Amino acid sequence: MASKATNKTKTKGKAATPHWVGKKLKRKEDPRLIQGISHYTDDFKLAGMLCCAFTRSPHAHAEITAIRTDAARVLPGVVAVFTSEDTATLGPVPCAMQMPNLRVPRHPVLATGRVRYVGEPVAVAVAQDFYTARDAAELVEVDYQPLPTVTDMEKAVSEGTPYVHDEFKSNIAFTHTLKNGDIDAAFKKADRVVEQRMVSQRLAPLAMEPRAVLAEYLPGENRLTVWSSTQIPHLLKTQISVIVGLPETAVRVIAPEVGGGFGSKLNVYGEEGVVPFLAMKLGRPVKWAETRRENFLATIHGRDTLNDVELALRKDGTILGMRARILADMGAYHQLLTPLIPQLTALMHAGCYKIPAIQIDITGVFTNKMSTDAYRGAGRPEATYNVERIMDIAARELGMDAAEFRRKNFPQPKEFPYTTITGLTYDSAKYQDSLAKALKLAGYDALRRRQKSGWKSGKYYGIGVATYVEICAIGPSAATPAGGWESGTVRIEPTAKVTLLTGASPHGQGEETTFAQLIADELGIDPDDVNVVHGDTMAVPYGIGTFGSRATAVGGTAAYLATQKLKAKMATLAAHLLDAKPADISIGRGRLSAKGGKKSISFGELVMAAYTAHKIPPGFEPGLEATHFFEPSNFTFPFGCHICAVEVDAETGEVKIDKYVAVDDCGNVINPMLVDGQIHGGIAQGMGQAMWEEVIYNEDGQLITGTLMDYALPKAHLLPEFILDRTVTPSPVNPMGVKGVGEAGTIASTPCVVNAVCDALSPLGIRHIEMPLKPERVWNAIRSAQSSGAPAEAPKKPAAKAVSGRRHL
Amino acid sequence: MTKNVTITVNGVDRRALVEPRLLLVHFLREVAGLTGAHVGCETSLCGACTVLLDGCAVKSCTVLAVQADGFKVTTVEGLAQGDKLHPIQEGFWEEHGLQCGFCTPGMIMCSHDLLEHHPSPSDSEIREGLNGNLCRCTGYQNIVAAVKNASRKMSKGVVARAGAR
Repeated sequence: MASKATNKTKTKGKAATPHWVGKKLKRKEDPRLIQGISHYTDDFKLAGMLCCAFTRSPHAHAEITAIRTDAARVLPGVVAVFTSEDTATLGPVPCAMQMPNLRVPRHPVLATGRVRYVGEPVAVAVAQDFYTARDAAELVEVDYQPLPTVTDMEKAVSEGTPYVHDEFKSNIAFTHTLKNGDIDAAFKKADRVVEQRMVSQRLAPLAMEPRAVLAEYLPGENRLTVWSSTQIPHLLKTQISVIVGLPETAVRVIAPEVGGGFGSKLNVYGEEGVVPFLAMKLGRPVKWAETRRENFLATIHGRDTLNDVELALRKDGTILGMRARILADMGAYHQLLTPLIPQLTALMHAGCYKIPAIQIDITGVFTNKMSTDAYRGAGRPEATYNVERIMDIAARELGMDAAEFRRKNFPQPKEFPYTTITGLTYDSAKYQDSLAKALKLAGYDALRRRQKSGWKSGKYYGIGVATYVEICAIGPSAATPAGGWESGTVRIEPTAKVTLLTGASPHGQGEETTFAQLIADELGIDPDDVNVVHGDTMAVPYGIGTFGSRATAVGGTAAYLATQKLKAKMATLAAHLLDAKPADISIGRGRLSAKGGKKSISFGELVMAAYTAHKIPPGFEPGLEATHFFEPSNFTFPFGCHICAVEVDAETGEVKIDKYVAVDDCGNVINPMLVDGQIHGGIAQGMGQAMWEEVIYNEDGQLITGTLMDYALPKAHLLPEFILDRTVTPSPVNPMGVKGVGEAGTIASTPCVVNAVCDALSPLGIRHIEMPLKPERVWNAIRSAQSSGAPAEAPKKPAAKAVSGRRHL
Repeated sequence: MTKNVTITVNGVDRRALVEPRLLLVHFLREVAGLTGAHVGCETSLCGACTVLLDGCAVKSCTVLAVQADGFKVTTVEGLAQGDKLHPIQEGFWEEHGLQCGFCTPGMIMCSHDLLEHHPSPSDSEIREGLNGNLCRCTGYQNIVAAVKNASRKMSKGVVARAGAR
């Protein structure tokens, strides 16, 4: 790490301080997890605890004409049943996004008067146990008057369509245009214009742990404690206090072990208001654990955009301009960040290329479906898919190699920090290096030779390249709805053990380990002596949370800077005790030493001296604790290149992934094992979108893919082994030079796989196939291409020539 | 209608009067007070609730407690011998075979069954063997490495078969 170099120079001449950063340290959180003795929200049981279950709408759009709860109430074991009449005083489900012309519909915690998507909660039953609660929820009788439904975005914005919210007299939630450069001139002077319609389909985040909420209210203390499977405990605490009407000081939120989030728990859900309400109303703890069926119906979805993308080009392959018209499905209501996600798509639409002019027009659309919101990548996968697909299509139409065409349009390393046409400042990058490394690792030339010989023998082999950049370390507060900083408090206890309280709220990323590595190096101690505490709003100073690949770059930096404050304080005390100057004190190997190394004090003695305070300099505050709230000056922009090789069986439409190579650059690396793990998981999710995953609603708004039998989450035997490498380009945005890695794999892999399949089938004249690339869809594309007269078998011509007839201006 | 059942969970007899509809996973969590078997879908599709029933891996959300009456159940809590982790647990730890940890107990118990039948599985045999267990975090690569790690260790020493009758 950049900053480590400075520290190392300080201790020059001595035995090197143990260097934990950069090591493949085994995770501190694992022993409890591999023994099954950790506590996720549903694992907690409190004395007198009740369970609840929700009655949900079977209709996508309907008037509620009556609700009868009598049958449910008389069931033995049932304590109470509530409907929206009882919860009318509760605040609405919040939307944090503010922008001009944004239509924000009222979003009650329980449906009031009307339901607008299948799965919307209508009533809640509370019982002694959850079997009985579910029975009771089933016994709630609701009369519905079904209303016309709108599920298709294009129909939703056309004339004569039913409205999801009558009060708006429109299904348009917002329109947003990002325009820069002379876009009309760019397209006018272009030698060639390439255009493609493409869909980023709706996906289910599917954290393996469904959501769960447990609430306990102690009226004497006026204390509401809520355990929730959330990525944002502090923001949730604030919102719960608003929803239930308690002062924020009376609310404590605990995110205990959280079983994955992927953005789906970066939210405030109606259930997180209702369950605390029940605990307050009934005077007993109440728990709700979401079923997987509910998770499909009523936890946010991701993606769901319809994109018309155009690229203006000079015939030598220079990009002149890009236009995109994007319809983004909001679903029926805004959840916390629903309208924000497409804005990220617009911002990242320049990709890692020099684009002189751009125009992105986005229309947010209401439909009778569950809300969309942040799902791993959150807006950037949509942008990267559009950009990397159109780049591939353009390269083919120009007869250029996919890699060469990309390289031609990269900004040069000396141009960084690089200001994009969308107004972002990319911090640091060497796109050329990651591309070159990936080509070499994949054996690109050999793959192309294999492709050519395969085509000669009737085999459809394809190579996909995706070079990407993403926006991470979210982010400067001015650019985020709820503050983009993070907090860190480092406390050295009297026994010299260290506690870090971090506002980041990891849920699988391993920051209990990586943050310990970071602090251990700074203080010259062992990571086992650093305990990382997170997720409890009563223990940890206010923080923002873990999402947007921000925990290390923003939360880690807060912890790092708090440690620097503490080191300065320790140096002051050590200097006082050793009769030296603070500037001459160095910390390492468990000691604080004065310049020259003759006088020193052990770490433990110094810590005890700070607490006993018997001999402290004038004005010195006893104790050893420091807090830093870190406000980043910019986002970070990780980047990289993924290459995928596939073989398509033209008889069955099946795609076999032959090779997958990823070279990613997330800046400096704290724990390479954990970074690789993030990339693996990210690629799997992006590949899932490319190949298998799709949330499908029928035209009546019924969810067709509502179980794990119908929704194809990637399984072990479907995935290849991923071959990874990295380049390291430190970020100047934070002192550790880190960038973030949580979403990179997901962003790059989706277009990479689709590019490979379309490349394989290019001799058939196939230019684009919509995701997911299920055998049926690929088979149909092949059959349709063959029946339209393109060469059916054993393509003999090179790709560029084969598709020449499909060029257009 | 209720029925008395006795299920030996990790070597301890657990007796309870249960509804016939009570799932084994809920017996383990609500009656036996354990936390290792997780409920991820209740439809036998995700595998987070996998336990050993008389030594064989089953998804405990698809077994009724009354069906397990008289059987021995081993959950992930029953694998370690005191402070000594089971080699499969060690494998998952050493190879970073878990992130959020929610699927992990099920993965470990399914791997136990796999290694019982195939002590030295190939990568593809591991992937096939675990295809009833879903993980959203790892992309499975390090889970495969974890099982191979355990396989190497277990082939060197005899490890007691957990939960056999």
